[in-house]
Amino acid sequence: MSRILEVNDLSVSFQTYHAEVQAIRGVNFHLDEKETLAIVGESGSGKSVTAQSIMRLIEMPPGEFVDGSIMFAGEDLTQKSEKQMENIRGKEISMIFQDPMTSLNPTMTVGKQIAEALIKHQHMSKKEAHNQGIALLKLVGIPNPEARINQYPHQYSGGMRQRAMIAIALSCNPKILIADEPTTALDVTIQAQILDLMRGLQEKVGTAIILITHDLGVVANAASRVAVMYGGKIVETGTVDEIFYNPKHPYTWGLLGSMPKLDGSHETLQAIPGSPPDLADPPKGCPFVTRCPHAMKACKEHMPAYTNLSDTQKTACWLLDERAPKVELPESAIVGGTTVHG
Amino acid sequence: MDNNRERLLKIENLKKHFKIDRNTVLKAVDGISFDIYKGETFGLVGESGCGKSTAGRTILRLHEATEGEVYFADENVHTKKSAKQLKKFNRSMQMIFQDPYASLNPRMTVKDIIAEGIDIHGLAKNKQDRLNRINSLLETVGLNRDHGNRYPHEFSGGQRQRIGIARALAVDPDFIVADEPISALDVSIQAQVVNLLKRLQKERGLTFLFIAHDLSMVKHISDRVGVMYLGNMAEIAASDDLYAEPLHPYTQALLSAIPIADPKVERSRDRIIVEGDVPSPVDPPSGCRFRTRCPFAMDVCAKVDPVFQKYKKDHWVACHLYDEDYNEDYKVIQ
Repeated sequence: MSRILEVNDLSVSFQTYHAEVQAIRGVNFHLDEKETLAIVGESGSGKSVTAQSIMRLIEMPPGEFVDGSIMFAGEDLTQKSEKQMENIRGKEISMIFQDPMTSLNPTMTVGKQIAEALIKHQHMSKKEAHNQGIALLKLVGIPNPEARINQYPHQYSGGMRQRAMIAIALSCNPKILIADEPTTALDVTIQAQILDLMRGLQEKVGTAIILITHDLGVVANAASRVAVMYGGKIVETGTVDEIFYNPKHPYTWGLLGSMPKLDGSHETLQAIPGSPPDLADPPKGCPFVTRCPHAMKACKEHMPAYTNLSDTQKTACWLLDERAPKVELPESAIVGGTTVHG
Repeated sequence: MDNNRERLLKIENLKKHFKIDRNTVLKAVDGISFDIYKGETFGLVGESGCGKSTAGRTILRLHEATEGEVYFADENVHTKKSAKQLKKFNRSMQMIFQDPYASLNPRMTVKDIIAEGIDIHGLAKNKQDRLNRINSLLETVGLNRDHGNRYPHEFSGGQRQRIGIARALAVDPDFIVADEPISALDVSIQAQVVNLLKRLQKERGLTFLFIAHDLSMVKHISDRVGVMYLGNMAEIAASDDLYAEPLHPYTQALLSAIPIADPKVERSRDRIIVEGDVPSPVDPPSGCRFRTRCPFAMDVCAKVDPVFQKYKKDHWVACHLYDEDYNEDYKVIQ
């Protein structure tokens, strides 16, 4: 598998009226061809800023690249001009958003919005783009595409709008698709349809996907690798099996523990106490220190380095240091043994 | 649940229709009947637009019912009431809202938000008593005393939801409708709020109607669960029973659509994927509302409304697959 994207030490800050908010602080990850990388974390952990940095959708100022690089096809995206980015956005890398109603243009027919990218990047004529639009709507499973293509977004249901967004995003066969909470605004039955669709299209088209979500169920369903973000940093990364069955970071334990189990007992959920750190004044050491049940003195003072647990799994936690006390995986974070209907 | 449970609410053929214009009526809730027992949590689930929030609000009389009755402790909620009667009644039923940002007045301090009910109902003997009550409520929901002097914007989503809960508790209600109280919160914070609700229920003997679309959380918190679809009740069962043996094809599809946070399970699962979208409640399908998306739909489903009938103890379903007359088709589903 070849590597198509590499993010190195990326730091992005925002200048606000009262302070500099360090939204992401030294993020490292890569993306291989045809894989799905899930970035999980709670609001404010920096997952959306990471995605928007890759697309260069962050307004600068107030945002700025403080450090690091985003290597795509041998070139650093952070150094590109706006003009150069226009040839990458929608063609090489495209993005779908959480809320399909606000991200589609309400004054343009869906057909026109699909044609836009085709005419710009594939140099199609209007007629060709229209026909290709119908084919794309068919591909994403919109019934009666010949009529639907001339309709406006408000005439579509939520699930259909997200399908139309996916059709637009995939119109130029991008190498990378960034999906920022693509199913959060949808009902479960529609969510299942959309996840199924994305998986099918990935097999057909071969796009690599960066999936941003806070829903661990969606991660288990769709991802091949996972990066767990907290307080602007990736605290743990690994294959989906490593993260779910052999997690090493207490925050990952907390996330897994706070999910109710369907086979479940009705006992108390293992909540993570407290709330996330303020990134205008980020902690000097590990960002999770204030909420971590195993926090030590070292955690407060120094950010832990990554420990390589396998070729694919890396965790930044002082508990993995040889001097630290041994802590067992808490029972609440053990995944498995679930029996499910369906 | 034991047999001698006491009924707190009885909802009978409740309907709430909204007039959109002269010729169109949106039937948000269209004839639902169920009981809620004292001290239990009744979960109400369904997709957006199925009428679950409208049902919750109509039960509290935040909407006037179009038809049907709600009895709270044997008293009819929707009859004409004097202001005094209504006030007494409002004290026993409270609501926690979905959006902790929109449901707290930004110009009031947390103290005054919580005390509003205490003031209206005249529950405090004097200023000191009022303050004591506020402080103990703040502590009950896990906030500090000095948080009372701050304004809502100074709090995070989870903390605001705690303020909303304290406000609901202030008048010492028997019954609380919690309308998606956790869907706006992060996963790690959701668990905090759910644990708080469960603890309060135990300590104060509260009865909850818990409205949500997150089925795994509903299962966790509820004793019994009702599944709604397009204004109708599709199925009601004890929560473990519903998840172990869902009867209605819609319930089956809904459960099978929840992604499980376990990659091995996800890889080996066979999903029932329902096609298409929820039809419009302005012009719902004839007969069974779910028939347009149901993998087991039969001719009869378009013609006859299915009856909401008892399948076994504590398990009710509205589906022709379980009718005596049509039971040759029952085999399809097993």
